[in-house]
Amino acid sequence: MTAPSLLARDLAAIVGEKHVREARAERVTYAMDGLPTHRRVPDLVVLPGTREELVAVVRLLAALAVPFVPRGAGTGLSGGALADAGSVLLVLMRLNRIVKIDKANRLAVVEPGVVNAKLGAAARPHGLQYAPDPSSQTACTIGGNVAENAGGPHCLKYGVTANHIHALEVLLADGSLVELGSPGGEPWGPDLVGVFVGSEGNFGIATRITARLTPLPRAIRTLLADFTSIRAAGAGVSAIIAAGIVPAALEMMDQSCIRAVEDSVYAAGYPRDAAAILLVELDGRNETAVVAESDAVTDLLRAAGARAVKCAASDAERERLWQGRKKAFGAMGRLSRDLVVQDAVVPRSALPDVLETICGIAQRYGLVVSNVFHAGDGNLHPNISFDATDLGMKDRVEAASAEIMSTCIAAGGTITGEHGVGLDKLRYMPLIFDAESLGAMQAVRRVFDPAELVNPGKVVPVHACREWAGAGAGARAS
Amino acid sequence: MPGVGGGRGGGTSLVTILEKVTALLGEGAVLESGTDRVPRVAPGSPDAVALLLGTAHQEGWRVRIEGAGTWLQSDAPADLALTTRRLDRIPAIEPSDLTATAEAGIGLDQLRQQLADRGAWLGIDPPGLAGRTLGSVVATASAGPLRHGFGPIKDHLLGVTFVTGDGRMVQSGGRVMKNVAGYDLTRLQAGGFGAFGVIVLVHLRLRALPRADVTYLLEGAREDLTQVGEDVAAAGLTPAALELVSPALARRERWVLAVRLAGSPALVAADEAGLGAASGGGRFTQLRAEEAHAFWMRLAEGFAVRPVTFRIGGVPTASDELLDLLQHQLGDEWISASPAAGSIRWTGEASIDRLQRLRRTLAGLEVPLTLERAPWSMRSAVGHFGAYREGVGPLVAGLRRTFDPGGALVVATEGE
Repeated sequence: MTAPSLLARDLAAIVGEKHVREARAERVTYAMDGLPTHRRVPDLVVLPGTREELVAVVRLLAALAVPFVPRGAGTGLSGGALADAGSVLLVLMRLNRIVKIDKANRLAVVEPGVVNAKLGAAARPHGLQYAPDPSSQTACTIGGNVAENAGGPHCLKYGVTANHIHALEVLLADGSLVELGSPGGEPWGPDLVGVFVGSEGNFGIATRITARLTPLPRAIRTLLADFTSIRAAGAGVSAIIAAGIVPAALEMMDQSCIRAVEDSVYAAGYPRDAAAILLVELDGRNETAVVAESDAVTDLLRAAGARAVKCAASDAERERLWQGRKKAFGAMGRLSRDLVVQDAVVPRSALPDVLETICGIAQRYGLVVSNVFHAGDGNLHPNISFDATDLGMKDRVEAASAEIMSTCIAAGGTITGEHGVGLDKLRYMPLIFDAESLGAMQAVRRVFDPAELVNPGKVVPVHACREWAGAGAGARAS
Repeated sequence: MPGVGGGRGGGTSLVTILEKVTALLGEGAVLESGTDRVPRVAPGSPDAVALLLGTAHQEGWRVRIEGAGTWLQSDAPADLALTTRRLDRIPAIEPSDLTATAEAGIGLDQLRQQLADRGAWLGIDPPGLAGRTLGSVVATASAGPLRHGFGPIKDHLLGVTFVTGDGRMVQSGGRVMKNVAGYDLTRLQAGGFGAFGVIVLVHLRLRALPRADVTYLLEGAREDLTQVGEDVAAAGLTPAALELVSPALARRERWVLAVRLAGSPALVAADEAGLGAASGGGRFTQLRAEEAHAFWMRLAEGFAVRPVTFRIGGVPTASDELLDLLQHQLGDEWISASPAAGSIRWTGEASIDRLQRLRRTLAGLEVPLTLERAPWSMRSAVGHFGAYREGVGPLVAGLRRTFDPGGALVVATEGE
């Protein structure tokens, strides 16, 4: 890499001196994302303020063959937006314009640094919503959501980020801009928008995002169901799904998590003695239908063994129930110095067995594991509380995480449902994909980025790939 | 014997190809050829597909991909036709998880029946005959009217396994509801028209069989029905399908607005009440169950009859303008439109020149045209895709080279 100070000078000429961070004290603040187990200090941090600046920065880096890592708010949970020494971190938070809300066509056009919740707030006066709602939505950006294919509680009914992106303007690693998709959502040729979403920054940077908005529901019912066993709560989930009812959200929390929330400022009135609770939200455009479905769900939950099923009586109560769920990760900060938020998916019917196995793993390793997750999707989030300064404990966390992943894979599941692979799950990729399939992924990456300059070393463990002769440098040359 | 028509097998004779294929896959894999005498080979397993394509790549054979042969015309020049029709197993249906795994050659009619027997439902109704294969539907990403309520084909996929043009077997996605492990190659295959490999196995996201499923029709002038459609959407109804159908396709005197309500009895009852109010008081006619089935089936089959079928996708507010454009440039022959989703499908007779001009005009409106079926002479000239937006062409070409480095798969990705 060019000596940082020279490169910093050239970058400052593009974005302005105050938007290039060279001092170690400044760079260290970007050494982690939301996952405390990985740490990388970038050589330089650059914060472009316009698309033109971003393009110029990337063209300069491409010309010098300097690797770079795009980053939004840094709320990711896989170590995906960390830049090694030798790489430049491109922070996109200043590219935060909502370019357009098109009410008639239910579309929004935004820059990548727009915060998820701000897009929701901008859509609301038009009677619309941006449905994907990761727990970090008050901080995370749409660009980051696109890179990670982010989900959230309400994705059960409305779909994940990939279901909401119609078109993208993408800046490739060589500094060229490409237009993927179309405003109406019909792919323009092969579905390259679908391929790009969830590529964790490995295919380029989304510089302009056309997202689908959906009408705000006119009626909402939020139910809190209280169970004396996780197995019974799991049966409740299966009963709802089998009945053909698709709640807007169907979330589960175990006792450890319930108590952490109730002991925190986010106390939501969850029953402290419950083994598990389900938070079920039904919404729609028709009050009568939502009430009927809510009644049906209440009956199903009671039949599954719920001790009580309570419907939020007011918007304030509903808000409180959701705050407890969305701030659960924060509340777990009370349990220990550090927290690993894990992410895996299993078939819904396997939830009770897998949760019991995870409980056993936690006991064997002497760790506190709390579960709060998207039960309707089978998307688990076992959260391991620990102290990162205790190296022995950190090793136990790593070992327990690996066992949890193996358990989920053995149940027919996968290693991540919405947090991504990043650095954290590279080692698990060969457990679910063979060398040929990993090689295919790497080959696709090289079509978009032949020199592998964008976010190197993430997603695909190169050592585990079978070589693909058709791929490699120059794959884009036609 | 000379090399077979249009293929690039060089001096490889038909007899040699048949001998080699028989040695590889056994006699049972070689079916009767079509009228163009191109040998038709039906591998019996995904591994056999990989073996066949690996050999084709080494030998320099050109291979066209076929399913049941009911959708895309079987007329591409090739050394052999690979049909997926023996890949017709359903390894798993999991009603409690609402997932299924099916081989690509299973007919949709058979798949639907087996799902229904287990209380499960696949929320897609693609154009074509009832026996059209699952692989064909995924490869062409051809959604039907249910796209309005349940999304495009890709939204129903959890993962696929495919074999590349040089015989590599690749898995993408998985069998669970959410999955961001690795890049999403499933979406590359959905709508890739086989340019990036042959789909052999599909993991599906299902729904519970709707407990209520009703269809209402309203006939009238196109502009009036468009307004009713907008009123229905504005009233907050959530139809599974809201489709505007041309008179010729609907076999009626005038245009038809078809509304399908499917889901829980409570939801359907609420929407039925709302439908009457939105249309100004009960002008819709409810079809009996068998009539509704026949209506939707006829609509789907209509697109497999005429020589050319394509789809376009614009924003909802452009639907009227796009319908006018089609009418002006090609005539309003057989058209079905989902105005709220912005998607329109046209079928009829058209010249290469007209289609190319139409695609260019639409591109200026930011609307892609995807050629879904046509004779090879038109496919090869017009391409399934074309008039790409900035920078897309080199990416598609790079992906094509990656997944089919020897160019074994005969797919008219772009026009000449």
